[in-house]
Amino acid sequence: MTQTPLPPGHRWHDMGGTAAGPVPDDQHDFALWEKRVDALMVLCATKGHFTVDGLRRVLEDMGAEAFETMTYYERWIVSVSQNLIEAGVITQSELADKMQQVAARGPTYGEATA
Amino acid sequence: MPHDHADHDHLSPSGHPYRKDQDAPLTHWQQMEIALRELLIDKGVTTAGEIQNQINAMDSRSPANGAAVVARAWTDPAFKAALLADASAATREMGFDIGPMNLIAVENTQAAHNMIVCTLCSCYPRNLLGLPPDWYKSRAYRARTVKEPRAVLAEFGVTLPDGMTVRVHDSTADMRYIVLPARPKGTEGMDADGLAALVTRDSMIGTGLPLAP
Repeated sequence: MTQTPLPPGHRWHDMGGTAAGPVPDDQHDFALWEKRVDALMVLCATKGHFTVDGLRRVLEDMGAEAFETMTYYERWIVSVSQNLIEAGVITQSELADKMQQVAARGPTYGEATA
Repeated sequence: MPHDHADHDHLSPSGHPYRKDQDAPLTHWQQMEIALRELLIDKGVTTAGEIQNQINAMDSRSPANGAAVVARAWTDPAFKAALLADASAATREMGFDIGPMNLIAVENTQAAHNMIVCTLCSCYPRNLLGLPPDWYKSRAYRARTVKEPRAVLAEFGVTLPDGMTVRVHDSTADMRYIVLPARPKGTEGMDADGLAALVTRDSMIGTGLPLAP
């Protein structure tokens, strides 16, 4: 996507004042999995495992391409997972193993949710 | 206008397009959500009940909460003063569970109109109004609102008098805003419940105005 070059010192997410097209008018109702991501973020932050600043730091490090190609809660689940790995709450291999188990359960969200 | 739908032949009774079923093939990111949630439950970090309670709490928050706050400010001068002095304390005093949110109310007058945005991310008074609309999180709204607010307002169907000041407030996670819209003309004698029905979500973001009575 064509974007205005950012002023020096501005990272991609610092988009205030840059040129952009019309404000989009599409709206979706949040799916259950998205609400669960939101809930996990709030609960883990409330319990002190990471902060909203940690959430944002990973979102920002994911870069502009992730912003354009992934949905909001797709980016959030990556950030929540990464923050919990960094905090030592889970490990990368635990997450990978569990994702394989989930994938083996079936092709839809309903089937894969135990 | 962002809430007009061109194709009126395919609208539900609520006036919105019918939604697609959410039974598409499981995505990688949905697998990650399921896996992470189960890991956190297995490890005792949280429970399924706690997650559901948090979802229920978030679902129970809606613009109706903000509308009740605005309507009270329109009818109760002492409350309005308290709201403008400390919106977090004032909304908690009304009984709303806004968690740790630091909320600031900005008042629209005949001379000034306020809008809220989060240019860096998507900060929004979610613990009062519920989750933000998708457009609030869009590149276009984040990028343009601080530079050409009147052009953005025009896309929402709002045209302000030329002499009116437009103030745009850029939110952060630690400082979130709600617009206190100006009470519409012709509402003298209406009670708070009647007034609350005139207060739209967008009027509390500043991309809209209250409905006419």
